[in-house]
Amino acid sequence: MTSLIFLVPLALLLGGTALAAFLWSLKSGQYEDLEGAAERILLDDEEEGDQRSRK
Amino acid sequence: MNGRGLVAAAQASAGASAARQEVRIASRALEQGLHQTELSVPGVHCAGCIRTVEKGLSRIPGVEHVRVNLSTKRVSVKWRGDEPPDLLDALEKLGFPGHLTEADAGRKDPEFGRLIRALAVAGFSAMNIMLLSVSVWSGAEPTTRHVFHWISAALALLCLVYSGRIFFVSAWSALSRGRTNMDVPISIGVCLAFGLSLYDTIHNGPHAYFDAATALIFFLLIGRTLDHVMREKARTAVRGLARLAPRGATILRDDGGRDYLAVGEIEPGMRIMLAAGDRIPVDGVVTEGASDLDCALTSGESAPRRATPGSSVQAGTLNLTGPLTIKASARVENSFLAEMVRLMEAAEGGRARYRRLADRAAALYSPVVHSVALLTFLGWMMATGEWHRAITVAIAVLIITCPCALGLAVPIVQVVAARRLFENGIMVKDGSAIERLAESDIAVFDKTGTLTLGRLQLVDGDAIAPRDLAIAARIASLSNHPVSKAIAAAAPPADAGLADTGLADVVEQPGVGIEARIGGNLYRLGRADWALAEAGQAHAEGTVLSRDGTLVARFAFEDTLRPQAREAIEVLREAGLRISILSGDAPGAVTAVALRLGIDDFDAGLLPAAKVGRLDDLASEGRKVLMVGDGLNDAPALAAAHVSIAPANAADIGRSAADFVFLRDSLVAVPTALAISREAGQIVRQNFALATAYNAIALPIAIAGYVTPLVAALAMSLSSVLVVANALRLKAGKNIPHATDPSRVRSVKGDIAVEPAQ
Repeated sequence: MTSLIFLVPLALLLGGTALAAFLWSLKSGQYEDLEGAAERILLDDEEEGDQRSRK
Repeated sequence: MNGRGLVAAAQASAGASAARQEVRIASRALEQGLHQTELSVPGVHCAGCIRTVEKGLSRIPGVEHVRVNLSTKRVSVKWRGDEPPDLLDALEKLGFPGHLTEADAGRKDPEFGRLIRALAVAGFSAMNIMLLSVSVWSGAEPTTRHVFHWISAALALLCLVYSGRIFFVSAWSALSRGRTNMDVPISIGVCLAFGLSLYDTIHNGPHAYFDAATALIFFLLIGRTLDHVMREKARTAVRGLARLAPRGATILRDDGGRDYLAVGEIEPGMRIMLAAGDRIPVDGVVTEGASDLDCALTSGESAPRRATPGSSVQAGTLNLTGPLTIKASARVENSFLAEMVRLMEAAEGGRARYRRLADRAAALYSPVVHSVALLTFLGWMMATGEWHRAITVAIAVLIITCPCALGLAVPIVQVVAARRLFENGIMVKDGSAIERLAESDIAVFDKTGTLTLGRLQLVDGDAIAPRDLAIAARIASLSNHPVSKAIAAAAPPADAGLADTGLADVVEQPGVGIEARIGGNLYRLGRADWALAEAGQAHAEGTVLSRDGTLVARFAFEDTLRPQAREAIEVLREAGLRISILSGDAPGAVTAVALRLGIDDFDAGLLPAAKVGRLDDLASEGRKVLMVGDGLNDAPALAAAHVSIAPANAADIGRSAADFVFLRDSLVAVPTALAISREAGQIVRQNFALATAYNAIALPIAIAGYVTPLVAALAMSLSSVLVVANALRLKAGKNIPHATDPSRVRSVKGDIAVEPAQ
């Protein structure tokens, strides 16, 4: 019983973290171009002016 | 010749700046002089393409940010400055021809985001509650159980408020209009289950249905999200195709200056300059120049029409060979295009009356379920007199019959069917279109652009001496006229004997033909009355090649049939459909095509309103009409039909009126769509039968009061898994090799993309 007192909240916290992480990744546009992300891994030359961040 | 060259150069530069102005009109202003333009680039397909496009475009002065989206085949460009960069030209040079799309098209779809977030929250709640429930079911101590119920209640409340909202809103809007849909029993079931479980939790009862309530929301949200994804995908794909209507036009001011105005700003009386290859933006009258017009989209005529000063032209026709100046006679909203839109709105008939299968089922289903639950409650009240027991059993009945399987039965099949259609290069607008297509019993085809490709083809190529044909082809390759293109395409591949003979003094006479000198002889390719004029045959007809005024060869053409048109018609006939052609083209051309395809029910020379009239007649005979068409003149008929299909190269308005759009050239798409829709209909009926059988077994158990939360959770999941598994059995349209080969889809899109750039 005593173990449940911290195990259950811990489980919920972990689940909640995963949920928050998913919502964040959704919001930051990481699912917008799944095919492109897979291909971009092959591009290695991040030159100046080529560096871009997502908004 | 030189003078002509200069004019051509001036035209070309005017065309380039017009293209740049079009970039500006299609872009969206961001903060501080920054503009964003979205371009559709169907050619990108790998990392190399991404790099070429991104690097190539970011080298243009003024461009600040380039981002390729490979999934949607789009490029988003941010640029600064007053003058837009010539993006289309740059893309063309990089080898990735592109076209402008709406700046808004690249924005996120808010509905989808809402659904996904709701799904994530529901999944989180349902899984955690299930975790706690398992220990309750396996016999947790009362104190532990009590704590677990409270945690579950908190999680379920979150799920209900955040994710359940989607169903509650929809149910409420249906109820407030005096109707009912699938969301009404769902909402009532979920809310009652939550309310009772909360009551039991407060009073330390042994059973709580939090798991059932949240799992229900989670499963149903999956169905809803899939449904949305499928529709949105089709919509984006259709939107990504090139716009055929111009966004603006070059206006000739009275003082001789030029302005580039958006189409909406063109007033009657303004003079508009059109280069060869431009589409006519508004109705008008030609004041200067001579050319040929491609009317395939507006009237369905396959042969080009001549335009000379004084002839009136319709918005949407394509100017083929020479520059024209026209005087606008109507604003864009009074032009031919707008008239079609009005006809379309008037024509929306059968479709608006159609009620989706799921809604019809819900209309039957919810009264039955609710009265059974009510009767159960009353029965238990009378038998035992315990109101709590009676309510618990009644809610168990609601949960067990809650249309989890029923709510998934239709959307999951439609998602699988839409996926299969997509693999076959067919986009579907929504699920009800699949249901309506399965019902259709007569297929009505347009001719030009639908049964045919709207491209001319040389008929008697073998009868012409190869050398003559080669000369004709060399001359023809310099022109954009459809007849010239057909001759050029029919040329024998690589003719060595002719490689050294140079062409000189090439002059294209808009509306009549093209002439050139080869080794001292004057060749003319074009209308017979012009090419043979010096031989005294001023009244000859047809297309000929002449040398110094004497006849060398005569050419006859026919419209190219769409690939596999005959097979497609055969398959449709075997499927039990009556076939008929309604065309706006001349009777001769229609008869020829009908004979080649073995169709004996056809009608020619129909105006758009007459086509709609024919469809109305058929509908009043009780027939369900499948309309297949592409032109502007077909758009009202596409909207009026029970269900409609358009090819990807159809006019924008036709594409948006149609329920299905097929991306590949082959007409086999039509029978494929029919086969998939019919099988989907069958599987939906099987799913309904499964759901009904499940209810017939589960309902007595629920009414008898034997349903614990554990049984409810098991039964619900089992029935859902069953209907989903059944949906995956859909076989139609599966055996096509390389069905997802992107290059095939791309080549079709490419054709369209190139067209406005001519």
